[in-house]
Amino acid sequence: MNRDSNAYTFLFSAIMVFIVAASLAATATSLQDIQAENVRKEKMQNILATIGVIVEREKAPEVYTKYIIEELSLLSDGTIDRGVDAFKLKLNLEIKKPINQQRFPLYLAEVDSSQYYIVPLRGSGLWDAIWGYVALEGDRSTIKGAVFDHKGETAGLGAEITQKWFQDSFTGEKVLNQNGDLVGINVSKTNNDPDGNDKDDNEVDAISGATITGDGVTDMIKERLQNYLSYFNSKKQKIAYIN
Amino acid sequence: MSKKNCNTVNKPIILFLNEDKEPLFSKKNRALLTDPMDDNNPITVQVLGICSALAITVQLKPAIVMSLSVMAVMAASNVIISLLRDLIPNRIRIIVQLVVVASMVILVDQILRAYAYDVSKELSIFIGLIITNCIVMGRLEAFALGNGVWKSFLDGIGNAAGYGFILIIVAFFRELFGSGKLLGFQVIPDFIYDMGYVNNGLMLLSPMALITVGLYIWFQRSKNRTLIEKN
Repeated sequence: MNRDSNAYTFLFSAIMVFIVAASLAATATSLQDIQAENVRKEKMQNILATIGVIVEREKAPEVYTKYIIEELSLLSDGTIDRGVDAFKLKLNLEIKKPINQQRFPLYLAEVDSSQYYIVPLRGSGLWDAIWGYVALEGDRSTIKGAVFDHKGETAGLGAEITQKWFQDSFTGEKVLNQNGDLVGINVSKTNNDPDGNDKDDNEVDAISGATITGDGVTDMIKERLQNYLSYFNSKKQKIAYIN
Repeated sequence: MSKKNCNTVNKPIILFLNEDKEPLFSKKNRALLTDPMDDNNPITVQVLGICSALAITVQLKPAIVMSLSVMAVMAASNVIISLLRDLIPNRIRIIVQLVVVASMVILVDQILRAYAYDVSKELSIFIGLIITNCIVMGRLEAFALGNGVWKSFLDGIGNAAGYGFILIIVAFFRELFGSGKLLGFQVIPDFIYDMGYVNNGLMLLSPMALITVGLYIWFQRSKNRTLIEKN
């Protein structure tokens, strides 16, 4: 067959595309389980990191079952939906649903007999999605620890939110103000507290050159926590009732 | 295209048809491996693939993984293109090369995601960008299309090694002086820091990669004078 004829070119392309598609699909499907397992372990690793438990990825599932005592999937009114596996909820998909159809995952952890509430976060940075986890102490206001990650923030600027020094600055900050209202944590350029000594100002020091990513973090914390208030309040009332 | 033109494309193939009689590591074949390390280095002599040399040389580990990934992609795509060289329609050969390189890159990406998750997260978009690495397409077009399978395989390995060699040298100096570590382990002892030494933050930024490559080119040319252009 003439190598320069149109028919040959078409035939060659068709066969090539078929072989390439088949082999790539086969590889992707056969590796899917291992890849999903990596993502699952990383999620556990991140959740554990917020309560100060640092583990290798391989050991994450084992340690996770030790510290995480309950996974709840909440409705917007604060009641628990037992029919949904909270760990499998995908926030990026949940956020797009109407508020009354959304489920809000919450992880309850216990370390050295103190309880923590771990809330998954998701929002927008400058270029793409940002997400993370924040652990609140038993008072449901003081932050025990926070972990952030991003898809495509600028390296050296917005991408610094994944750095320990930035995440550590959230520890000890409070998401409620003195009246008990949710104010979140403001990633602030003007808080005059670069070392983070003032833990009652609801502010952490921003990263220079990463204003929009920082604002994204601020918004994400407040927006997501808002949905947990009714659950947290019901807890508070229960305790008041018992007392 | 007329048959006459087609023959000119085929000519180099005929030249190398008797390669089977040659020993596997003849002098000529060895040169395919060693030339790209020095005389014909893709980065420092041909100035190809500079972008990735800037981007992933902050630390040694991603640089090593990137070099190995490029090596796997280049060797495999060189072999495939060389096997198909008598079948590929001349008019769509660039498209065919792209498809082959792209599928190899996706394979490498999928495998890293399954078996080297942390590294794949770190390299993220740069793995995808192997497709656009000029060295890969350059070797397919300039070598694999006109040479036998074994020679093309060696050429792929050789050029990827020449590329990786520079990447690793640059990453070595950037990680050492930028963060005082090698492969993540601290190598500059604490007492030197106590004496007032500080890590050079500039080494972590892209400009220092270019400057390090420049210094290496200076070093290379002072050793290998044949590389110096005569005006």
